[in-house]
Amino acid sequence: MSWNDKRIETVVGVMLRTGVMLAAAIVLTGGVLYLFQNHGPRPDYRQFHGEPHRLMDVGSIAHGVVTGDARSIIMLGLLVLIATPVARVVMCVVGFLFERDKLYVMVSTVVLAILVYSLFFHR
Amino acid sequence: MNELWFALILFVSSLGAGLLGALSGLGGGVVIVPLLTVVFHVDIHYAIGASLVSVIATSSGAAAAYVREGFSNIRVGMFLEIATTLGALVGAWLTTRVPTKSIGIVFGLVLLYSAWASLRKMQEQMTGNPDAMAVRLRLAGELPVGDGVLPYVAQRVPLGFGLMWLAGALSGLLGIGSGAVKVLAMDQAMRLPFKVSTTTSNFMIGVTAAASAGIYWRSGYLAPSLVFPVMLGVLAGSLIGSKLLVRAQVRTLKVVFSLVIVALGIEMIVNNLAGK
Repeated sequence: MSWNDKRIETVVGVMLRTGVMLAAAIVLTGGVLYLFQNHGPRPDYRQFHGEPHRLMDVGSIAHGVVTGDARSIIMLGLLVLIATPVARVVMCVVGFLFERDKLYVMVSTVVLAILVYSLFFHR
Repeated sequence: MNELWFALILFVSSLGAGLLGALSGLGGGVVIVPLLTVVFHVDIHYAIGASLVSVIATSSGAAAAYVREGFSNIRVGMFLEIATTLGALVGAWLTTRVPTKSIGIVFGLVLLYSAWASLRKMQEQMTGNPDAMAVRLRLAGELPVGDGVLPYVAQRVPLGFGLMWLAGALSGLLGIGSGAVKVLAMDQAMRLPFKVSTTTSNFMIGVTAAASAGIYWRSGYLAPSLVFPVMLGVLAGSLIGSKLLVRAQVRTLKVVFSLVIVALGIEMIVNNLAGK
């Protein structure tokens, strides 16, 4: 079967669903663990004070996951979730390459560049 | 109220929001922020963080079903994602700069627009007449109808692209999918068929939201203990909703849900104008 738009979309659809289910499973694991570890009064979200820096970079989150920190596990799930649409765009770049559609290889690469910029370089 | 009860109540309310969002076609994200801010008194930054994450989940979760229908147009989606992701960067950046009050007021106005847009009777305006720019960008396709196909070509590409930028900016500023504005850009401005507009819009919502999610994450808007019950609830609700869709009385539901949205929109505008 040669590559066409329909095939790209089918692969992408399955991938998106898998990504979401994986992310949901990780978030659920972290959430249940969180509720086992925390019995205090409900947290106060009335005032915005930002999340601690350890939850804001991949290295510290990975460290937290290894040590069984529930918040880090939830964050890992959220990062998997955010990565899912990014993987979709990567898949489109590859699909259009197979279709030899230069214009759309370029278009999807631009979208990918914007996403990478927003995730890693934007401050 | 302790942590467990708070998480359970959030989960159940989010499940309801996701269910209604899927059944009415308005999306769950649009009520999550007012629900969290008006009912649970959560700061709007945490609320838009939780909402945006839920939007990514429902958009990606529904994608497989939309592909099966075969209406979405991957080129139209990809081309317009340049506009929505650029808009999302600006919108997400703005949340770190503009006062909380103005986010609330813009949110209320978007709620009112969404309710109006969902009740409006739409007229199919598609055309097969070539538009030079759309042809060059291959923004065309064929709509499966009965046992044949109906060719279509996008019109007024620059206008559609501009509106998509706006949809992206609103998505980044408010943590919503902006489905209503995306559909406006595609079927009103670009004259694409409804089914193509709505299914392609669903695909674009996840990518657009991912562009602002990174900025939200680095700005500390993603509070894990708040996000997990909300995201799991909205996702479960929307998956159940899409299974029920065929049997439900969509029109009545749309009217009821739109009234809820209008009430929340007015509440948000009044609250923020009064400076509460």
